[in-house]
Amino acid sequence: METPSDSHQRHTLSLLVDNRPGVLARVATLVSGRGYNIESLSVSETMDPAVSLITLIVSGSPRIVSQIVKQLRKLINVIKVSDLAEVDYVERQLVIVRVRAQNGHREEIMRLCEIFRGKVIDVSNKTYTIEITGGQDKIRAALNLLSEFGIEEQVSTGLTAMPRSFQPSRK
Amino acid sequence: MNTLSGAEILIECWKKEGVRVVFGYPGAATIDIHHHLEVSGLRFVLCRHEQAAVHAADGYARFTGRPGVVLVTSGPGATNTITGLAGANMDSVPVIVFSGQVSRLLIGNDAFQEVDIVGVSRPVTKHNYLVLSTEELAPTVKEAFYVAASGRPGAVLVDLPKDVINGRAEFRYPRKVDLRAYQPHLAPHPKQVAKVADLLKKARKPLVYAGGGVISSGAGEELLKLAELLEIPVTNTLMGLGGFPGTHRLSLGMLGMHGLYRANMAVQMADIILAVGARFDDRVTGAIDHFAPEAVIIHIDVDTTSIHKVVDVDVPLVADARQALLAVLESLGPAPEFERGSRAEWLGQIDAWNKEAPLDYDRGQTAGIKPQMVIESLYRLTKGKAVVVTEVGQHQMWAAQYYLFDSPRQFITSGGLGVMGFGLPAALGVLVDNPDATVIDVAGDGSILMNIQELTTAVQDNLPVKVAILNNGCLGMVRQWQQLFYDARYAATVLQTGPDFVKLAEAFGAKGFRATRPDEVDKVVERALAEPGPVLMDFHVLPHELVYPMVPGGKALDEMILEKMPEPSS
Repeated sequence: METPSDSHQRHTLSLLVDNRPGVLARVATLVSGRGYNIESLSVSETMDPAVSLITLIVSGSPRIVSQIVKQLRKLINVIKVSDLAEVDYVERQLVIVRVRAQNGHREEIMRLCEIFRGKVIDVSNKTYTIEITGGQDKIRAALNLLSEFGIEEQVSTGLTAMPRSFQPSRK
Repeated sequence: MNTLSGAEILIECWKKEGVRVVFGYPGAATIDIHHHLEVSGLRFVLCRHEQAAVHAADGYARFTGRPGVVLVTSGPGATNTITGLAGANMDSVPVIVFSGQVSRLLIGNDAFQEVDIVGVSRPVTKHNYLVLSTEELAPTVKEAFYVAASGRPGAVLVDLPKDVINGRAEFRYPRKVDLRAYQPHLAPHPKQVAKVADLLKKARKPLVYAGGGVISSGAGEELLKLAELLEIPVTNTLMGLGGFPGTHRLSLGMLGMHGLYRANMAVQMADIILAVGARFDDRVTGAIDHFAPEAVIIHIDVDTTSIHKVVDVDVPLVADARQALLAVLESLGPAPEFERGSRAEWLGQIDAWNKEAPLDYDRGQTAGIKPQMVIESLYRLTKGKAVVVTEVGQHQMWAAQYYLFDSPRQFITSGGLGVMGFGLPAALGVLVDNPDATVIDVAGDGSILMNIQELTTAVQDNLPVKVAILNNGCLGMVRQWQQLFYDARYAATVLQTGPDFVKLAEAFGAKGFRATRPDEVDKVVERALAEPGPVLMDFHVLPHELVYPMVPGGKALDEMILEKMPEPSS
């Protein structure tokens, strides 16, 4: 018997939905009502104002995720669901992080910031506030390195994703 | 511009949808609708509780195949429908609840009798709507009926703010619904159909496992044809009873937790199982790891989410059950070659299982009434033609086992959610459209009290329901588990102070008859059937009778407990 705690693999689900009140609640209710946690969520309008894009990340065994995908497809306001684990895709997330920046460390933090193509968006005597955009691996790496100096605060958007236009044939 | 009020538009929409009867209960938020409904020519059945109104609409829908319609007020009127909605939705029954709501400006203000019913009902409906303008009303109602009745049918709620109902708009009923995100998949894939036909031809020990989808899609005839064409035995789920004639030589009866020995054994030994309109419910499969170990499983279902949900299916066929069976029959042709030689052996094996452990009970005991005896009496004296509706518990299982249903929509029961209190109002829903039918609500002394107030509705609307209470003085099904698995500690299951049901019936203006001895059973049933109005029959049955066979929780289907365990076959 599989339970929600047997999380196996993270799946990024991309949903095209009707842009109407209550649709996000339906999606969230469906996932949470089965005992699964939404690890990341982002919602935005698409080029068609009647349609929104929801990107969400859930963890679970292939069977559970495929069941969630099928249940989501069954929702009347959900137009399309793709499990991006099945395709090549690009993903981006934005984090804002306030790092302790004592004298002697400030140079190195700036260098790291450059390497990760981050941007300093606020400065004080003791801190830098840095914006970093990227895929999940890059962001994890950046935060890992910055944490050595001490992270005071950190906020993040949900992940958003899009399949690549060229899909190499997969087995 | 010629405009109508929201209330008038709603009623016009109902007429366009062919609605003839609405069940419900009025309140401040729906008073305007009732004002117009009263002179609309549509029938309104005033139930005495909103939950019962939904069950009545549910019974109506299951019997007629048309959506059941409910009108309730805001707040408590709406929240009282939740159990009804959940039950209908789980059993794939098209029921539409129209709930009053406070005016748009008051929504979110904790106004009197305000509740976010769209939020509350979201997980228990197929879909729901808050109508935000009078102009939107007609298209929303159109969509609601379409969603409720199409694909895998289900429950829908439409929430109607009072000012939307009182507002005015031009009435234009859309001709069709176009939902880009909702396109039920009804036509079977030819490649899958060919695979199914091929497998069935090669099968040596085939079995059809047929569920409620056979009934809701009207596939009974096609199923019968297929079974007879290839000599395939058929077992039905609780929801599927009547979808294949119960008296047919190929019928094995119900499978599952309280299924027949031969049916459960056949599942465990079959080499091909064709599941049609069924969803491998845990009450059907028993321990899932040991379910049908020998079988290649074919699964026909209109709901993609049912496929691979519980068991790994070898050949899925997502389609309407009737269309799928028609396609399979066509692919097979009028006289297909199949494993005819092995069939006699397989059917003989099933027969042998039935001889080993037939569905039966100890008939020698004459001290009191056996509950199964009451069902047999009902079956005999109604010539097997009654519509049987049930509550939930032991009596429900005995009704499913001992009454043989030959027609679809003849057995109406709360399967998925298992709602006690479902039977009496659902029986009234059946009678509303079919006043001359014999409709029996088989009940327990626990369940019947959960919606007993509906006897008033029966009397007022002259709906001649015959309620048969198998009165054992306890909550029998839970008690059965306590007796078998909980050291016979009868916690909270003893109903010592149950009411005098005969007097209770009389207080409601119905008739009440009681039987306490075996020789009184037939007489009471005959008297009840002869009465023109509603009757409550109170059968004092032996309290310790258990439902057999029983597959204990977590056990495989072939690990049944039987009343008389069979001799080990040599």
